[in-house]
Amino acid sequence: MKFGIVVFPGSNCDEDAFHAAKDVFGQEAEYLWHKDADLKGADVVILPGGFAHGDYLRTGAMARFSPIMAPVRAFAERGGPVLGICNGFQILLEAGLLPGAMLRNKGLKYRCEHVHLRVEQTDTPFTSAASVGQVLTIPIGHGEGNYFAPPDMVERLEANRQVILRYTDRQGRVDEASSPNGSVNAIAALCNEARNVVGMMPHPERACEALLGGVDGRVIFDSIVATFRGAERPALHAVGRSV
Amino acid sequence: MIDPQVLERHGLKPDEYERVVQFMGREPNLTELGIFSVMWSEHCSYKSSRVHLKTLPTEGPQVLQGPGENAGAVDIGGGLAAVFKIESHNHPSFIEPYQGAATGVGGIIRDIFTMGARPIALLNSLRFGDLDAPGTRRLLEGVVAGIAGYGNSIGIPTVGGEIVFEPEYAGNPLVNVFCLGIAKQSDIVKGVASGVGNAVYYVGAKTGRDGIHGATMASAEFDDRSAEKRPAVQVGDPFMEKLLLEACLEVMQTDALIGIQDMGAAGLTCSTTEMGSRGGAGVEIDVSLVPQRETGMTPYEIMLSESQERMLLVAKQGREAEVERIFEKWDLHASRIGHVTNDGMLRVKDRGVVVAEIPNRALTDEAPVYRRPMSEPEYLRQAQQLDLDTLGPAKDPNAALLSLLGSPTIASKKWIYRQYDHMVRTNTINLPGLGAGVVRIKGTDRALAMSVDGNGRYCYLDPYRGAMLAVAEAARNVACSGARPLAATNCLNFGNPERPGIMWQFARAVEGIGAACRALDVPITGGNVSLYNETDGKAIYPTPTIGVVGLLEHADRVVSRRFQESGDAILMLGEGRGELGASEYLKVVHHLVRGVPPALDLAAERALQTLLVTLAEDRLVRSAHDCSDGGLAVTIAECAFDTVGIGAEVSLEGVDVSRQSGVNVAAALFGESATRVIVSAVPEQVTAVLRHAAAAGVPARVIGQTGGSRLRIAVAGAIVIDQSVDEAERVWSTAIDKHFVQRVA
Repeated sequence: MKFGIVVFPGSNCDEDAFHAAKDVFGQEAEYLWHKDADLKGADVVILPGGFAHGDYLRTGAMARFSPIMAPVRAFAERGGPVLGICNGFQILLEAGLLPGAMLRNKGLKYRCEHVHLRVEQTDTPFTSAASVGQVLTIPIGHGEGNYFAPPDMVERLEANRQVILRYTDRQGRVDEASSPNGSVNAIAALCNEARNVVGMMPHPERACEALLGGVDGRVIFDSIVATFRGAERPALHAVGRSV
Repeated sequence: MIDPQVLERHGLKPDEYERVVQFMGREPNLTELGIFSVMWSEHCSYKSSRVHLKTLPTEGPQVLQGPGENAGAVDIGGGLAAVFKIESHNHPSFIEPYQGAATGVGGIIRDIFTMGARPIALLNSLRFGDLDAPGTRRLLEGVVAGIAGYGNSIGIPTVGGEIVFEPEYAGNPLVNVFCLGIAKQSDIVKGVASGVGNAVYYVGAKTGRDGIHGATMASAEFDDRSAEKRPAVQVGDPFMEKLLLEACLEVMQTDALIGIQDMGAAGLTCSTTEMGSRGGAGVEIDVSLVPQRETGMTPYEIMLSESQERMLLVAKQGREAEVERIFEKWDLHASRIGHVTNDGMLRVKDRGVVVAEIPNRALTDEAPVYRRPMSEPEYLRQAQQLDLDTLGPAKDPNAALLSLLGSPTIASKKWIYRQYDHMVRTNTINLPGLGAGVVRIKGTDRALAMSVDGNGRYCYLDPYRGAMLAVAEAARNVACSGARPLAATNCLNFGNPERPGIMWQFARAVEGIGAACRALDVPITGGNVSLYNETDGKAIYPTPTIGVVGLLEHADRVVSRRFQESGDAILMLGEGRGELGASEYLKVVHHLVRGVPPALDLAAERALQTLLVTLAEDRLVRSAHDCSDGGLAVTIAECAFDTVGIGAEVSLEGVDVSRQSGVNVAAALFGESATRVIVSAVPEQVTAVLRHAAAAGVPARVIGQTGGSRLRIAVAGAIVIDQSVDEAERVWSTAIDKHFVQRVA
């Protein structure tokens, strides 16, 4: 399968996502420049981490206007799998492909460290190889990962089972001390109603090789590779439409 | 008109002005005077330090590029080079901590990618006043946020560093930043201008009035009016630099470039002069073509501005369109501002009219060089005296250990490095806080280890030995990770060189660095000198910081400080000699800065470091940690931290405990004798470790084993330390955090 990795000016985890897809998982991978008008036949699109356009206005606020976002949106609407990691998640929020917004971390400081995450849902193309309740240890690196949505929207997200990962302690229990950023309901990852667009603050591409100190991020890539292998593209699109 | 006041404002001495007039054969105009003043400033000309720096070893088969270029480069095999350098941004960081530190990071990154290397790691070495002192927290928060703000955004991981808190830095903190990049050896680019008629391009941020006379500011002492100098501090834009970085690396792939240099200190002046000088050519530019952020800027202001994120480059004739196209792709506009000449002059025009014309040579090679008077400072003899019998009864070792672990200099720096993205680029295989920073090199089996170290208190009490110890410690940290030390870079932070005592400290420190670098075979490939680190006439501790880079042949054999499993043997490589002079223990427990720093036998140090590399390569050790600040007891505690509570049972023999005061016990536990490393090994491999050590001539013995949930250390058969790992780790890990009340948004 082919990964398309979008490069905005200011993206800085684009090479990391590329390396994971290509060198660690042995898949095809291609960079998609933000001024490009098509996805070059990508089967899955990753919006990588970084500081697109410097993030001087609001994280992701400029990137959503990049030309590449039109085909990304069309791809997502057709049911194509899209993963936004960190800044990519922030861009998906600004683009309206996922609901809600990001605030600054509760401690007002950037935080880079390993966190524990509990898998909440496995019926998305990016968590299908995980099991519900499984606790993953994956690094974060962000200053604005404090997910916010109004109470009624949060209620709807929970009712629709759109919360994919939550910050927890080592045992998988949600408590305030284990949240690195103060996200509402400890939300670390979300999907859209159609479940094909996923945004996550943690960086799975940083946890795919034992040499880097952990491999819990592999399950995210394993999921998408298995999803694709298990279903031909039309079927995948059908999954997108059926929900 | 050029009168004494004008000269003073430009930091030029009357005799220096005489020299200017001699070279010019006439009075310079104000623009020319400004150009001379920045190029002849201490910061750019190294006029006080040059004669000493010349004595440093800078060559070796591993060195591809020594001092004199934007950064040094060493061979790391496979046709690759590691390009690295350390630089200070002390003065700007004191005046405006966030921007000062941020632009320091930006500057050193530019030095690295200017060489054609992709920057892959950052380190920093910081010094502040006591954490309790007023102002320190504001400075620390600002500096850390500035480093984070720049490094995180541009996407280069900060993989390690060191921070020391001493009252001597309260009025003059130190911010030294190190960057390392990787290039193909064949792709290394130099900062030269050559080929008459070749186009000179300006690319990056527009020029504003910020930072005018930054280099001159960095060459003066502080006083209570320093805050007025804020306009001389520049403002950083990491996004612009990220674009520049990507665009420049792309342009370099085309082979359409002759040379490139960043506009750092002294901006356009320094880059045009140095590029012309290195290429044996001249550069002519027209300032009216320089992109400007403000209106009405004079040629003087344009030439002296230190606006950030700007590069100067020379393109090959006929390849200009190619270069311009790549910058356009990144939404950067490359402006052609001049061309290369063959007359060796820096010629500046404004709308075609010559406004400055100076021979490059006068600004570079012919800049003043001083052999400043030196004499041993008066405090030294007295301060070196230390009579252990006058210390009184030693403090309970358990309490002393906790005091040391809670001392901010020794305590966990997690509160700080957690604010730095240390994992971006997915290469970091030894995270901050675990020893040297180690990054694997993708596409190879290899990895690079790097460490910055320095001990100002040691250097205050003996600059020669202190500087040697800094080199030894940085190289030892690199060797502990399993990497063979290759080369070094230095950042020399001192007070006012016009004082003989300071100049003596400087000269002795440089001698010490030279001796250690020669003995350990880590040539100096570049660096930076920061003088006039004084506030109200009070100098900082003389503080050379040394960055050492080493190579691991097999990334997966990297070693960290952490114990791996219970039941492993704990060995000490090297020997304690009960030296307490200049130690953190004396400072923290007895509030004394006295004595002489530990002795250093360079041959023994070399043998130890070689041994460490062999042990890692042969997978014989599971952890390795250098004994330094706080001595053996602190080292063993640190080996137990971040392991989910693997304790240790250690017994030290051969200590003379006859002295009633217990001072010998304290010296055994907390003395900082150099050339010592604590390693752990599975029991079956102990014999092999000891055999290798014996063959290398390194003293080695088993001193205990890992396991349990306590740290227990016996000296001459009596248990003197018995502490729960959890409790000790709590003290160590919260010592810095607790100074910062977390604000909840």
